[in-house]
Order: sequence, then C-alpha cells, then structure tokens
Amino acid sequence: MILDSKIPEGPLAEKWSRHKFNIKLVNPANKRKYDVIVVGTGLAGASAAASLAELGYNVKAFCFQDSPRRAHSIAAQGGINAAKNYQNDGDSVYRLFYDTIKGGDYRAREANVYRLAEVSVNIIDQCVAQGVPFAREYGGLLANRSFGGAQVSRTFYARGQTGQQLLLGAYSALSRQVANGKVKLYPRTEMMDVVVVDGKASGIVTRNLITGAIESHSAHAVLLCTGGYGNVFFLSTNAMGSNVTAAWRAHKRGALMANPCFTQIHPTCIPVSGDHQSKLTLMSESLRNDGRVWVPATKEISEKLRKGEITANDIKEEDRDYFLERKYPSFGNLVPRDVASRNAKYVCDEGRGVNETGEAVFLDFRDAIKRDTEELIRAKYGNLFDMYQQITGENPYKVPMKIYPAVHYTMGGLWVDYNLMTNIPGLYALGEANFSDHGANRLGASALMQGLADGYFVIPYTVGDYLAQTPYAKIDTDHPEFQKAEQEVKDRISKLLDIPGEKTVDYFHKRLGKIMWDYCGMARTEEGLKKAKSMIKELKTEFWSNVNVLGGNEELNQSLEKAHRVADFLELGELMIDDALNRNESCGGHFREEYQTPEGEALRDDENFAYVSAWQYVGEDEEEVLHKEPLVFENVKLTQRSYK
Amino acid sequence: MSWVSKTLNSTLGRKLMMALTGLFLIIFLLGHVSGNTLLFKNDGGEAFNIYAKFMTTNPAVKILSYLTYISVIAHVVYSIILTKYNKSARPVAYANSKASTNSSWNSRNMGILGTIILIFLAVHLQGFWYKMHWGDMPVVSYGGEQYKDLYTIVNFAFQSELLVALYVVAMGFLGLHLSHGFQSAFQTLGLNHVKYSPAIQKLGLAFSIIVPALFASMPIYIYFINMN
Amino acid sequence: MNLTLNIWRQKNNVDKGGFREYKVSDISKDMSFLEMLDVLNEQLAEKGEDPVHFDHDCREGICGMCSLYINGKPHGPLQTTTCQLHMRSFKDGETITIEPWRAKAFPVMKDLVVDRSAFDRIIQAGGYVSVNTGGVPDANEIPIPKRIADEAFDAATCIGCGACVAACKNASAMLFTSAKVSQLAMLPQGQVERKERAEKMIAQMDAEGFGACTNTGACEAECPKGISITNIARMNREYFSAVVSSENV
Repeated sequence: MILDSKIPEGPLAEKWSRHKFNIKLVNPANKRKYDVIVVGTGLAGASAAASLAELGYNVKAFCFQDSPRRAHSIAAQGGINAAKNYQNDGDSVYRLFYDTIKGGDYRAREANVYRLAEVSVNIIDQCVAQGVPFAREYGGLLANRSFGGAQVSRTFYARGQTGQQLLLGAYSALSRQVANGKVKLYPRTEMMDVVVVDGKASGIVTRNLITGAIESHSAHAVLLCTGGYGNVFFLSTNAMGSNVTAAWRAHKRGALMANPCFTQIHPTCIPVSGDHQSKLTLMSESLRNDGRVWVPATKEISEKLRKGEITANDIKEEDRDYFLERKYPSFGNLVPRDVASRNAKYVCDEGRGVNETGEAVFLDFRDAIKRDTEELIRAKYGNLFDMYQQITGENPYKVPMKIYPAVHYTMGGLWVDYNLMTNIPGLYALGEANFSDHGANRLGASALMQGLADGYFVIPYTVGDYLAQTPYAKIDTDHPEFQKAEQEVKDRISKLLDIPGEKTVDYFHKRLGKIMWDYCGMARTEEGLKKAKSMIKELKTEFWSNVNVLGGNEELNQSLEKAHRVADFLELGELMIDDALNRNESCGGHFREEYQTPEGEALRDDENFAYVSAWQYVGEDEEEVLHKEPLVFENVKLTQRSYK
Repeated sequence: MSWVSKTLNSTLGRKLMMALTGLFLIIFLLGHVSGNTLLFKNDGGEAFNIYAKFMTTNPAVKILSYLTYISVIAHVVYSIILTKYNKSARPVAYANSKASTNSSWNSRNMGILGTIILIFLAVHLQGFWYKMHWGDMPVVSYGGEQYKDLYTIVNFAFQSELLVALYVVAMGFLGLHLSHGFQSAFQTLGLNHVKYSPAIQKLGLAFSIIVPALFASMPIYIYFINMN
Repeated sequence: MNLTLNIWRQKNNVDKGGFREYKVSDISKDMSFLEMLDVLNEQLAEKGEDPVHFDHDCREGICGMCSLYINGKPHGPLQTTTCQLHMRSFKDGETITIEPWRAKAFPVMKDLVVDRSAFDRIIQAGGYVSVNTGGVPDANEIPIPKRIADEAFDAATCIGCGACVAACKNASAMLFTSAKVSQLAMLPQGQVERKERAEKMIAQMDAEGFGACTNTGACEAECPKGISITNIARMNREYFSAVVSSENV
C-alpha cells in the first residue's frame, strides 16, 4: 500500500493557499444534495458540523453523551495557542509552526503543522465573534499567557476553563444549525461501525443508548471526531466515556492507525490516592507559569515526609531540589510535557517522591504568592486551586500541591492525508482522533487549536473537494453492506451478553490499564513490551470467556456500553505495544530506555525512524501490517531537542 | 395571540404582574399606615375621621382605591395561576428535600403567607371598610360638618382581645410576606444593580419590619387606652 | 466507612420506580461520591444484579453530566458537582438518600438518569451569535472592558447540569436560561440579536414546562459554578425591554 499524504506542491507558506485554490468546489445550490455524518461533538466535531451546515450540507451529528456540550473538549483548562503576536514578543506563524514541530520531536508533517499555525489566528477571531469570553487586559484587548515549549506568550485563555468556553462557542454554532434544520442531532447514540461500500465510506451503524435500537445512517462522507484513546490506560485525565470504538471500528474496516504508541503523559495531575480511583484530574499546565516543581534533595528527607514526621513547609530552601530549573535553566518549569513528566518519574524512582505512594512531586506556589500576593494568584488560578482542595482536602495556598504525571492525550490516531481523509475515501478523522499535527509530543494549548482548526477551517474546504467528485445518489441503508454491518453489530452484542463470565468489565479494564501503564507508559523497554504483549493476549482471551455483561440490549445498559469499549481497548493496547516495539528510538512521549542520551534525554534516530507508522488491520488474531510514510523535512533542521 | 397576552401568559409576564401589583400594594400600605397613624393622635378621633371621609370621597383617592382593588385581585389570581403552574413543573416530589439549606422559609411559602393575609384581609374589610361604605355608622360633626365616626367603630372593635391578637399575628405574616416580596419585586423587574440592590434589600427589610409593626401597634394601643 | 444507601430505582421512563436500600462497606473518605457508587455497582454486578445507572463523564466537575439529588440537595452537601464531592463529607454509618433530578422537563430515563435535552432546545432557540465560520473581524477589533468580559465569563461558566432546576421549588430553568442570555447581552458581539434572543429563549423555556421563578435564591446557592441570580434580573430586564420594543407582534 502506498500512503499518499497529498501534500501540495510549493513553498511551505503557500501550500495551503494553493491547495485551497486547486481543490474542487461544490456549487452552493448543490451542497444541499450531500449528506455528511459527523461522529463526536467536541471541538472538532461541533465546529465541523456547524461549519458544514452553514455551507449548506445536510449534517447528522452523533454523540454518546446526553448533550453535545458535554464532549470532553470541555475539560481542557489552560488555553489555546495562536500566532497573533498581540504581545509584540516576536511570535509569528513560522515560530508557532517551528515550536510545534520541535515540540513534537520532529515526528509530524511540516505541511500540516504549518497550516495549523496559519489558521490559528482565524480561530481566535471566530471564537471572539461567537461571544467566547476570553481573558482581557484592562484596556479591553485580549490577554495571553505562556505555555510549555514556547518562549513567547501566545496562549489565549478563559481563566482555567478555556476548553469549556471554546466548546460552548462551537456548541452554540451547532445549536444554531440544529434550529435551522441543517443539523440533525443524535445524542446518547454510539457509533458501532463504519459501512464501506465499493471502497468508500457510505455511512455508519449506531446504537441508541436509551432503547438499544441498532440503526443505519447513510451519507456521502463520514467524519470521525471522536477524540483520543487515553482510557486504554484505565486511569487517565480523559472522561469516563472517552473511547476508541469509533476509530477502532474504522480501523477494522481498513483505515490505518498511525503512531498509536505516541501517548502524552501530562506532568501536572493530582496523584493517585488509592485503588478505588476511577480517573485522574489534571491541574492545568498554566500552573507551571507560577508554580515551582521540586522534591527534597535527599531520599532521607523524603522518607521523613512520607512518614509524616515533617511537612513540606519544614523543608529548608537548601534541602529542596527544583530539578527542572536546575536541569533546564532556560525553560525551567516550562519545559515541554514529556520532559517534565520523565523528570518527575526519575526523581520518584530515586526514592524522592513526596506522598505515601512515593509517586508525587511538589508544585509550589509559595514564592509566587510572596511575589504577587495570594489575591493575584487566586484571580489567575482560583478555580484550579479550589478543585485541588476539593479532591485532596489540602489547601494549596498554604501547602504545596502534590502532582504526578498521568495519561492525558494521544498523539496517535487514524492516519489521514493532508485533506484529513483516511485511506478509506469519504472517511475523515479530525482533532485528537487523527494523528496528524503533534508528532511524538503535543505542546500545551495546541489540542484546542488543532480541533478547531480541523473543524472550522480545514474540513469545510477539503470535504468539498471529495464531494464535488461524488454522485448525488446516496447508498441506501437497505444496501447489503449496511445489513451485514448491522447484523455484525447485533451478533457482537449477543456474544457479549451471552458470555457466562464472572468478572465485571471494569475488572478487565483495570488490568489492561495496569499493563499499559507499567510497560507502555512513561518509559518502555523491549523486554517489557514483549511481556506486555503476551499479557494482553491472555487478558483478551480471558475477557471473551469470563466477562459478565449484565442486562439486555433493549435498554439503557451502561455495562454493555463499557464492554464494547473495553473490548476495543484490548485490541488497541496490543497494537500500541507493536508500535512501541517497532520504534527503536526515543522521541517525545515515546521513551525507550534503550535509546537515551547520556543525560537521560530522548535519543531520536532520524535516519531510521523519521516516518509515520501506519498500521493495517488484516484479520482477527493476525499481526497488523506496518506501512511507513516517510517524513520529509524541507524547512526545519532536525536537531536534538534542547530546553537547557 | 397578541404580543400583550402572549407576554402576560409567559412565566416572566406573570411574574411581572405579581411584581407590579405587589409594588403597588406596598405603596398602598405606606399610604394606609401613614394615614392610620392619626389614630395615635389624642383628639378623640377627629383627625382620623376627617381623614377617613377624605379617603372615601376624594375622586383621586377613588381612582387609587379602584387600582388597589384590582391589584389585590390580580395579585391573588396570578399567584394562583403561578402556583398551579409551578406545581405542575415538578409532578414527582423529592422524598428527601433540604430546601431550608438553600433558601429562606418565607421565600418558599409566599403562597401560604399570602393566603393567610387574604383571610385576614376579608375579616379586616368586613369589619371596617364594608361598614364605612355601606354599613350602619354612627355620625359625628366637627365644625358643622357631618362625619361617619369610624374612630368609634375602631375603638369598639379593638376592645376584643381576640381581634387584637388576630391583627398582631396577621401583621407578623405580612412582615414575612413583605420581607421576601419587597426585594423580590425589584429582582423580577430586573432592577438589580451592584450599587442599589443592597440599599433596596435594606429598605425592604426595614419596610417589612416597620410597617407591619406600626399596623400591629394600633390595635394594641387602642386596646390599652380603653383599658385605662 | 460503612454506609446505607437509599437509591431510587426505575427500569425505564414508563416504570413507576421506587427506593431500594443497599449497604456498602469499607468506603475510603478519599473516594469521590461516584467512586463510592462504582463500588456499589461492582458489588451488584458480582451478584448479578443490574447496576445503578447514573450519568457521569468527565469526573472533574466541568462537563455537567453528573447529577443526583443527595440527601435532599442537588449534588449533595457541598456547592460542587457530584463527581467532585468526596466521601469525607459524610459520616460513618450515615444513610444517604439518592434521587434523580425531579422536573417535568427532565423525565427519568432509568434509575438516576434523566433527559436534559430541554436545555439543548433552549440554547437552540437563540443561545448563540449568528455568525458563520469565516469572515469575522479581528479578535482585537472591539475592545471589551475587562469587568464586562469577566462578568460575561462568570455567566458563561454554566455547565448545564440542571442543579438549578433540581434545587428550585418550582423546577424553574431561569438561572440556566439567564446565564446564556446575560453572557451574550453583555458582550458587544451579542447586541445584534439581543432582543430576539431573550424573547425566543424564554418562550422555549416556558414551552419545555419549567416553572416560574419565585426568587428564593435556591438555584444560586446550589449552583456548582456559583452563577449569580443577578443574571436572572438581567434576563428579566432584557425580556421586558425586548417585548415592549421589538417588532414581533
């Protein structure tokens, strides 16, 4: 299989403009003859559905939540990047492009990333026009803050709830189109399969989560905007319902899965407090603007701390190791996420962790409060501090926060070309569901940017190019392929319900998560990955013989919903391990212990691994086939990332 | 439906009617209480009777009194409509509800308070207002002019402990009703402002204490002067 | 901790439903309330009983999916979402009553799960600025005073959980509706459709069967995001000035 990324010709800065001119258009009067399905209503999905409906396409939007407004984009805290250069601090489209490519450890496509940086400025304009209340300065203009991996202030924010405000903006645009009758909304509906007819995506099969009804929907194009798969780790900062199912079913229908092992472990999360934990809560990266990360200088002091003999505030300045500031003087606490996470792991592995489990470091605001007053810190981060206090019962104004890395984002996803189309014609993937823009590590405040860029400013053009070449006549849902897909979905449901097992779905999910975290988490080794692979295989077999899914199909059945998702995670987990095993280098969030510099930094192998791994599903219990899309860098020079 | 009836039938329109009629009745109470303080004047009821005659005969006051009747009726009718509507918005009640932790008792029971006040009003009107207008009244004359002697009627009525007690208790309920109603009317009308709202709230509280207290002090005062 | 749970169980939206009592033991005070329910559900599943269904998703207090009327209060004893409520707020041996949101406009679908799509329809009636993607002015073209932007943000933080409706004795959706009306009424971008928006959103709110407002302030006291009832006053003002001055006869 030849992977054609369809990157347009010409100089980097002109590619997108040229492409927009060269692609085909659908006449305004003909747009109403095309139906588009959008699965997922987060930033990418809601913005795409709204924008396409505005253009005149008939859109059906699906989400498993009870309302499109609840998609997990809502939980993004810190902000959204845009190369506005409002701060006059030397930002530019090129700099944002460069920072993002470098931040991604040179494992993303130049052209996609440049386009992302280019349209970033339009996103802010669009959101402001929708009434998104971004933070402002006293003069009434927009405020910015700094984020990891950048030395300019280009992050727009709305207190610690930027994702919420942006999503509600997109949701409002979507709601407007629902009112106009151009979008039909299907909440509490889960996509169960993609239907491919004559090699083209022609629709989807869904399950109504209230009634259990299995239904077919046909369309001229299908957009998967279904987010990431961080929940394969069981514990992550993702919402409980976040899942890989839509992407995975597409994968099993032939769509390639790219770089699945690229997982972002976010350095600032509230540490695990016990076995009961169901999810992890992120503390925004923006906190690293003012908070200082440290652990005690010696193991002995940490032990005293863990035993409760002393508290953080008893530890003298000279006994504190501000390890990020020490190792990376120029970026300090604002190093990219992968670097910050790995270093937290190192100090904890040395026995210098600061909570009972030994897996936490301090994020301390003492000096910031001294410098700026508690009031100012409260104004900046009040809601985050409150959240921290509610969860942990500790007051972060008085004692330092305890944080530890946790799974947060997946850079990998469905393989897409420059048009965001997967290798299945008519099937697109947007936002976190695709792999395209963040390489091996995503910079903070770039996920919101990508989701909205894809939905507002890329897909409205590129989907038109495909539709212009598609006949008006749509495949009917009576088509045998639809019937077949529906039957397969029903069979799978019956199979799950009929397993005479004894263990709950969560039991399997937790075990899978532990395997993934231990062997395919922050640091990976060949030996560990091989071991994990066989463990997952066993777990999968056990799942299909010993899971107990209660209730029936024709009702609201949360066990059944979970069972579907976990079954897919089990298969995905294995592929992630294959991918991690294949990539004999360290880059960004993928850290193979065998490949590191003497200082413990990720050691890339550009000669052999400057490619996108795109995996093809070839059949049940068969090894997936790897295809490689070489990454060509014409504009940036590949160097060892340095934040020192 | 015209826009007027559509508006008046919306939840907000109905609330608007409650607020406007309520505020008008608050103004009425202010007038009523200030006029009635003449009862405290130690002149054998002369000033009070002259005032009573003015209130029943002056054409401008007449218009105001009709507005008051309409306000009372509208306030009651709209409250019944709203209460029924509000009840229907929650067909299944909670088994366990701790509403007292998030709102005041009187704000949640304006209907009950209003009903009690309405019953009191019936007794009150029958005792004085009806008699004054259509009943058999003793007459006095001041400076050659004839006046219905409402003062004597009042004096007589408040020799009954039961009636005094009824009035005092009813004024307690009125106070509770007003303490929520006063500021609530401003909130409904959208008259909420960081600068003025605290003052309105204080004024409302003062009003809901002072006015009912003044009203309540009248029967007590009369009861005691007659005892001596 | 050991707890007794008195939970509303209802098979579907036509079933009558009723309370059932469950016992859970060894609950850690560091668990969130929903994690405590997870423990119960694991327990039930192991016994082959249908788990208690409840809505939840982000579990970090922002998606607004979780609900639950806990011991007589929406989202329980603290002014937060149920997912952010931790068991340290309860005492060992306590009996906890858990009910779904109760409102005609929020029908119960199963157990503690209710249908809040009425909120979506209120937003669809006008909770937006009618701008298409593209062709908008530069973000810094219209300065907005910081105070106004902040106030609009405060209104915009509504998570649409429905606690205001659940708390209100009239099951009124005034706080929810007013938060959106207010946000857009304050911002310059919302001016063009200001009147239309207020009229339409309130008409939809009424059509959904939410009650009227008695200004008890219960919604504000229970709102996990602390949305103020000054928004309700503002919405009233918007509505009254819209109906008298708009040209919708």
